Amino acid sequence: MHQQYSIQNLEKKANEIRQDIIKLLVEAGSGHSAGPLGMADIFCALYFRVLKHDPANPLWEDRDRLILSNGHIVPVRYVAMAHAGYFAKEELSTFRKINSNLEGHPCTKKIPALETSSGPLGEGVSQACGFALAAKMDKANYQIWCLTSDGEHQEGMTWEAVMLAAKYRLNNLTVIIDRNNIQIDGNTEDIMPLESLRAKYEAFGWHVMEMNGHNMREIISTLEEAKAIQAKPTCIIAHTIPGKGVSFMEKDYQWHGVPPGTDIPGEPPKAEQANIALRELRTLARRIEAADLD
Amino acid sequence: MNYHLEKNYLDESEVAWKKIRDGLGKGMAELGEEKKDMVVLGADTIESSRAHWFAEKFPERFIQVGVAEQNLTGVSAGLAYQGKVPFAVTYAAFLVGRPWEPIRTTICYPENHVVFVSSHAGLATGQDGPTHQMTEDIAILRCLPGFTILCPADYEQAKKAVRAAYDLKGPVYIRGVREATPAFTTEQTPFEVGKAQVLREGKDVTVIAHGFMVYWLLQIAEELKDSLSLEVINAHTVKPLDEKTILSSAKKTGKVFCAEDHNIIGGLGSAVAELLAEKHPVQVFRHGVQDIFAESGEPKALWKKYKLDKEGTKKELLKWLK
Repeated sequence: MHQQYSIQNLEKKANEIRQDIIKLLVEAGSGHSAGPLGMADIFCALYFRVLKHDPANPLWEDRDRLILSNGHIVPVRYVAMAHAGYFAKEELSTFRKINSNLEGHPCTKKIPALETSSGPLGEGVSQACGFALAAKMDKANYQIWCLTSDGEHQEGMTWEAVMLAAKYRLNNLTVIIDRNNIQIDGNTEDIMPLESLRAKYEAFGWHVMEMNGHNMREIISTLEEAKAIQAKPTCIIAHTIPGKGVSFMEKDYQWHGVPPGTDIPGEPPKAEQANIALRELRTLARRIEAADLD
Repeated sequence: MNYHLEKNYLDESEVAWKKIRDGLGKGMAELGEEKKDMVVLGADTIESSRAHWFAEKFPERFIQVGVAEQNLTGVSAGLAYQGKVPFAVTYAAFLVGRPWEPIRTTICYPENHVVFVSSHAGLATGQDGPTHQMTEDIAILRCLPGFTILCPADYEQAKKAVRAAYDLKGPVYIRGVREATPAFTTEQTPFEVGKAQVLREGKDVTVIAHGFMVYWLLQIAEELKDSLSLEVINAHTVKPLDEKTILSSAKKTGKVFCAEDHNIIGGLGSAVAELLAEKHPVQVFRHGVQDIFAESGEPKALWKKYKLDKEGTKKELLKWLK
């Protein structure tokens, strides 16, 4: 299924994904910047190393199911899928435009390989539980991965599902929380504190792991370890930096829901934002390539 | 058309009174035997909403989510994405009222085939009061693209609705009622989704209902037969509405009276009024719950006070015709 990517090649791929996210957002003129950039490393690890999947046969029965709960970060998924061969990279320029398959938020009617339509927050874990229950009824072997945001843990529905997963011992389910500490209106701990997420999940009966969401080696080992946990459903708290790789976007909640090219006081002039972002990412890519030569 | 109704069905004391929710529960337990991909989900109301018969027979295909209707919806969606046919079962107010947006996003938009089976719809819910008397369920589902809405008229029709719902595509709602009502159809009575039933032909006025009120209309038609010829239609499928049957009846009679244990806003009466306003404007009367919250009480006492019993319905009809 996968050509075997080295850690450095995965890092390079993640960087390419980030550059294409910037281009896609600029072309669309709307969309979310911070979350997709922050999750690029994890999506890269999934699509190019960890996931059991086949882009040539997207609905292969034994594929791992990847459910994206926080649908607004779908740019990173679209770009990763295009790089993996699900559709042509040219299609990325149609994101959010009329007659496109790349809806502003995921739509399974247009791309069934997205597994679920999503956007309204807090609904992914619940659906992932349904996937996991069906897999158990069918005695199927694949893994169900559910990507969630930290902010959507303010939705009660998320915790309804967290309870159910423990009750039914859904050990084929791994929830990954993008713990980037921001949401639209500000920092999560100011808007509605979420901590301690670890203690909450543990109290609900889950196995909890944490990882640096930008350390490729750690991401891969943590995801692989999660598959091996048999006693309980597993939650991975992924510590990420929103806007990762673009200095003026990093850790700034104002970039949650807007694309490069937006007037924000104190930020670079809007006409230059995309160029600065791409220049920074390319510079970083050269560092990765240089490291490749070691 | 011969609808094979019960003998002497117009005599209330001759027909059995059975619960529509029992028909739904038995229907699910029966269908589960042949449909191995059928999964039933309950939300802490499984006995009163009649999911327990399936749960006892097929524990490996029953999921108890607890008091969590949003999760009931999301888990159903996940099962449907995986090719199962989930039947989510609880009181109407909680089943579709509480998780309306998750239903819209996770089931309706992706066209997932999930069957929502309610109990406790309408004033027929009785003593629990307005919090539990769901009189807006049809209204809030009718506006969702692709939803099929079935409102069986009695116990037997409820069983048939369960079977028919399994064979449909996309989201389906079956409206269940707590109180026993006259069981006037039989196993032989046909049931086709989207096909309204002209149970009694007439020429003066079209009277149309869903659920148990169809029976009152049949009785009223009999009682008034010497002075007024009523055409009685059972609109068991509120969506998609059988436009052809309703239009052809309206063209014949020129007057249409709608009756339902549901708010007059957004229910069958609204659907019929929308249709006729556009395609064949005639006078329409919407009889039902008058955009209010009612109160606790015995179902029969509530029907009487809010004019949803046979006598009240007849009075409203005659007053309108004057």
